[in-house]
Amino acid sequence: MGSLELKNIRKSFGSMEVLKGIDLQVKDGEFVIFVGPSGCGKSTLLRSIAGLEDVTSGTVLINGEDVTVTPPAKRGIAMVFQTYALYPHLSVRDNMSLGLKQAGTPTAEIDVRVAKATDMLSLEPYLKRRPAELSGGQRQRVAIGRALVREPELFLFDEPLSNLDAALRVQTRVEIARLHRQLGATMIYVTHDQVEAMTLADRIVVLNGGVIEQIGSPMELYNRPANMFVAGFIGSPQMNFIEAARVGEAGATIGIRPEHLGVSPAEGRFRGKVIHAEHLGADTNLYLETENAGLVTVRLFGEHRYTADDIVYATPEAGKIHRFDENGKTIVA
Amino acid sequence: MSKARQSTLRTSLVHVALIAYTLVALFPVFLTIINSFKSKQAIFGQPLRLPGPSTFSLIGYETVLKQGDFITYFQNSTIVTVVSIFLVLLLGAMAAFALSEYRFRGNTLMGLYLAIGIMIPIRLGTVALLQGMVATGLVNTLTALVLVYTAQGLPLAIFILSEFMRTVSDDLKNAGRIDGLSEYAIFFRLVLPLVRPSMATVAVFTMIPIWNDLWFPLILAPSESTKTVTLGAQLFIGQFVTNWNAVLAALSLAIFPVLILYVIFSRQLIRGITSGAVK
Repeated sequence: MGSLELKNIRKSFGSMEVLKGIDLQVKDGEFVIFVGPSGCGKSTLLRSIAGLEDVTSGTVLINGEDVTVTPPAKRGIAMVFQTYALYPHLSVRDNMSLGLKQAGTPTAEIDVRVAKATDMLSLEPYLKRRPAELSGGQRQRVAIGRALVREPELFLFDEPLSNLDAALRVQTRVEIARLHRQLGATMIYVTHDQVEAMTLADRIVVLNGGVIEQIGSPMELYNRPANMFVAGFIGSPQMNFIEAARVGEAGATIGIRPEHLGVSPAEGRFRGKVIHAEHLGADTNLYLETENAGLVTVRLFGEHRYTADDIVYATPEAGKIHRFDENGKTIVA
Repeated sequence: MSKARQSTLRTSLVHVALIAYTLVALFPVFLTIINSFKSKQAIFGQPLRLPGPSTFSLIGYETVLKQGDFITYFQNSTIVTVVSIFLVLLLGAMAAFALSEYRFRGNTLMGLYLAIGIMIPIRLGTVALLQGMVATGLVNTLTALVLVYTAQGLPLAIFILSEFMRTVSDDLKNAGRIDGLSEYAIFFRLVLPLVRPSMATVAVFTMIPIWNDLWFPLILAPSESTKTVTLGAQLFIGQFVTNWNAVLAALSLAIFPVLILYVIFSRQLIRGITSGAVK
């Protein structure tokens, strides 16, 4: 129950090709996240899975069944939107039960399902309210509740946390993770926030310009990025890319993550001047203008006393250098 | 409006301008109403004076109610106006929804074609319309008027409503689709309630020209049983003698139904005009 397969999905808007042949398999119970910069086609792909966009060519299979031309309501999916998309004139209870009523589910069954979802999301006190009377976080919980009562094969989330403030985002993220464990349901989640992707996903699909750059578990993407795009996209602050020839390394470009650079005031590989230091308490980020490697970011753990204009030496940890060829592909050592 | 940003002088200037405009706009209405309660002599003698004990007279209203079948005229006007508004709103909203919601070949062209009607007055086509009505046997029916007014009101309705429809969130419509609502249900149950203020705006802009129109009733439906109020009032305007009491009384009476409809729509209307201006 709840597997998804995409075969060579293409989607064009006029002459603009947004999805350029996407192949993907999602196993039952998996939590898969699509990440990528804006305009990479991740939302279009999700909407194609939902049936809100017709694909130009290719096949969408849910549970092995071809649903390419099936209307959204018959695909066994539920979707949570970035803007919550609650029906403004209906109460929370009616918002949750509308889909089931449309499908002709018996009232008793609807009540049971709504009660269950309400219980899971602690929405009991709000059932009679209108969406306008709820806060952003509560609205998003109602939207998730509306998805839950459908008991779908597949949950689709379209940037559900983007409209929430930082604290609520973390809280709701934890809630979604808990729901996934509790339900064991298959979930597809779109975000541009790599922290959400890293913390929630079983597998991450990195999209760029309408193609899949890499699919893998969060740690696979972090430790073994397939190319420079993925290497630069996953991890914060961004990986440092240095022209290999300038520092006497093999390949076209080398990449070193900021957290894999050590700093010493006395000696090291790249001599440079601190142009800015960010003290975050748990971390200290240093931006160095180095003599031979250009601008380099270093992430140190804990508190450090470096300030602007200090001269320091940065050294990469052994075995933590990524190498890329002239096409940006990773060179496997 | 906060006091810090508005000086008293500016506020009072704005109010003076608004009050002046209100007076100018209301003066003809006021004149019509006061004179409708005066005797004929008083209307010509002191047209600006309020009706006093010596000049007060209900002769105009008596004439209107006795002569001519004004109840029928009112009924005709109301039927034509209400049915036309209903059709304009329904068809206009549906067309606007299609234009703003669906991507199809010729969408922009279709939108332009429908908007052209705003710029070209429908009266230019009077002869053709009359020929058409004669051919279909619709002359001297209220249907003829309803059809013409619906066509007349649609372009502006589509233009205004499609702008508002674009502001309705796509996510909301998509949520409806996933919940299994048909496109009709999405239109009637999700989109229409959200664009209600703009519907009221369109209703008012559509209603007033229809209610006040003399042209089409005169040409397409001048028979006794299909006369509208504005046409009925012409009964008292003769080539040589005009019964001003009756004309003014008929016009005063004609104001009230519009006023009632306007009050119904006005609360929505204000929201419609200002939404979009202020986010």
